[in-house]
Amino acid sequence: MPYFSNETRKRSKMMTAEWEQRVQDFLDEHPDQKPLWTTISGVDVKRLYTPDDIDELTYENDIGVPGSFPYLRGNHTTGYRSKYWTFRMFSGMGSAEDTNKRWHMLLREGQTGLSTAFDFPTLMGYDTDHPKARGECGKCGVAIDTLEDFMALMKDIPMDRATTSMTINPPATAIWAMYCAVAEKRGVPLSRIGGTIQNDMLKEFIAQKTFMCPPAPSVRLISDTIEFAAQHVPRWNPISISGYHIREAGSTAVQELAFTLRDGIEYVQDVIERKGMDVDSFAPRLSFFFNAHIDFFEEICKLRAARRMWSRIMKERFKAKNPRSCWMRFHTQTAGCSLTAQQPYNNVVRTAIEALAAVLGGTQSLHTNSLDEVLCLPSEHAVEIALRTQQIIAEESGAANTIDPLGGAYFIESLTNELEEKAWQYIQTIDDAGGMIQAIEKGYPQMEIAKASYDFQRQIDSQEKVMVGVNKYKTSNELAVPLVEIDDRIEEEQIKRLQEFRRKRNSRGAARSLESLREACKTGENVMPCCIEAVKSHATLGEICDVYRDVFGEYADPGLF
Amino acid sequence: MTERKIRILLAKPGLDGHDRGIRVLACAFRDAGFEVIYTGCHQTPEQIANTALQEDVDLVGLSCLSGAHRYLFAKVVELLRESGGEDIKVIGGGIIPEHDFTVLRDAGIQAVFTPGSTLDSIVQWVRDNVKTSKRQ
Repeated sequence: MPYFSNETRKRSKMMTAEWEQRVQDFLDEHPDQKPLWTTISGVDVKRLYTPDDIDELTYENDIGVPGSFPYLRGNHTTGYRSKYWTFRMFSGMGSAEDTNKRWHMLLREGQTGLSTAFDFPTLMGYDTDHPKARGECGKCGVAIDTLEDFMALMKDIPMDRATTSMTINPPATAIWAMYCAVAEKRGVPLSRIGGTIQNDMLKEFIAQKTFMCPPAPSVRLISDTIEFAAQHVPRWNPISISGYHIREAGSTAVQELAFTLRDGIEYVQDVIERKGMDVDSFAPRLSFFFNAHIDFFEEICKLRAARRMWSRIMKERFKAKNPRSCWMRFHTQTAGCSLTAQQPYNNVVRTAIEALAAVLGGTQSLHTNSLDEVLCLPSEHAVEIALRTQQIIAEESGAANTIDPLGGAYFIESLTNELEEKAWQYIQTIDDAGGMIQAIEKGYPQMEIAKASYDFQRQIDSQEKVMVGVNKYKTSNELAVPLVEIDDRIEEEQIKRLQEFRRKRNSRGAARSLESLREACKTGENVMPCCIEAVKSHATLGEICDVYRDVFGEYADPGLF
Repeated sequence: MTERKIRILLAKPGLDGHDRGIRVLACAFRDAGFEVIYTGCHQTPEQIANTALQEDVDLVGLSCLSGAHRYLFAKVVELLRESGGEDIKVIGGGIIPEHDFTVLRDAGIQAVFTPGSTLDSIVQWVRDNVKTSKRQ
């Protein structure tokens, strides 16, 4: 049944035609400020949206109610009334102790979930004393080499209650193994722990560039974690399929949507084919992660479209039967790349707009960037403002009162459809290329993003697009923010600690456990049990990753532009 | 004799993977008529210095957004000087606090470009400061 009655459609067409005539008359005297009006991603936006623009929709198939297929209006039947989204601030700096201190401060101030930022050596699977790690220790996040470091990180964190998200990719198995081992030591069974490992390697090759082994073995390790979670850690999200970094690398909203969902398809296919698992036995624990950029309506529509598309993919492509398999549960982070080093206090405003878009798009979890994050790791004061931004949206603004408050609006539904259609076209192109691994090997998503980011920068340089304080409304009177700096001495201390750890351990036990891991890598057996054994036998993060590098080989950045 | 094009090596030292800026710059340099070599993320200072010498470049552009620029940028300059590449100019960009500008200049980095720098301004700097005086 069509969305509007024939009578409404007829009258609407007539009224729109009359209005268009008046617009023409008005434009003669008052021309528009610019010829083209588009979203930040370059999608054309009309002057007005009317029933004509959503004429094709059917209420049952395309919109529906929250908690039912196609989940356009949200996964949860009651929206935010039983529980707000999780306030989850991405955080990590210096040593494990420094980060633990920041976490406790955030929990005191009302944060409801933890999220871990690791430093680059940890992210890349190198111990701090590796020559390639020189100069990076603790700079972009917390340094973790050993189980001992991890215990310090988790000090006094209630692992049976707090959920912990960890932004870790190539070494995800090793870091998750540490989390499991610490829980075990504290007497918390694996069935009780909850959290997320990002563990999404395809977007690393596409965008974030934190890679270790080539795509195929990387995907295999991910399938191991998905299987292990389904069997032993049922409250864990073994992957967070991420569009965030794709967008930060300069993609459009449509590319973010399409590449993320196509990555998701790749992972689901691999688990089904490699592990022979039924889709409904693991799909409910897949989670997602999106960017909330500055174009308010485009972002709301992107998130709504993402939910609807994933439910269609699960139902139609993978024949999922469990409704929870069709839920796209996602975390959102406001856009780091939308912030400006110039007039940094304006970033508070940008973040508030983006966070509101995430909430109106129905996010389950949210990180709000701090005003100084474009310059350095965030100060306590800046983080507090960012967290308060979420609390103001939740408890003062009324945005959480009703579910999907913008649902049904002509512009919102029209743009949601348009983003979805454009994203399906990309997904088709990647299907035709043989899948995402093949597309990555051809450089396809990388080059699409490179082109979009170059176009965007040229539009900023030519003032076709405006960034306040950067190419318009500049000031010579910049208000400085205090900068957080990570002391270079942290590196020396971490190296000392690591070398002491290696000296004290039973080296044979560590070596034996690494041999078992090597065997599992070769035979195709699930690596997770061996990884947990290895960290408990005091193998270091770098040593575990050396096994992977050795067995699977290393991926070199093709340096495309 | 036609004048040789300016040859530029763009590189990301260290473990940082934030390559949006340097790849955008690579496109801009290419469109400005320079010859651009970009070696991708995760290069060691040694790899960068070796490539610069082997490829006989006029300029090396380094990008780092992880905070490790003080060590990594200085190391590249030091290695170039040690191996006969002292005439190769080195510039840097990324998330670099202003008070590090002098540290980097003293270490031999000729210019530092931070967020807000336009592509044109960087291209112009190259035109004004880099000569292809070397071997034909």
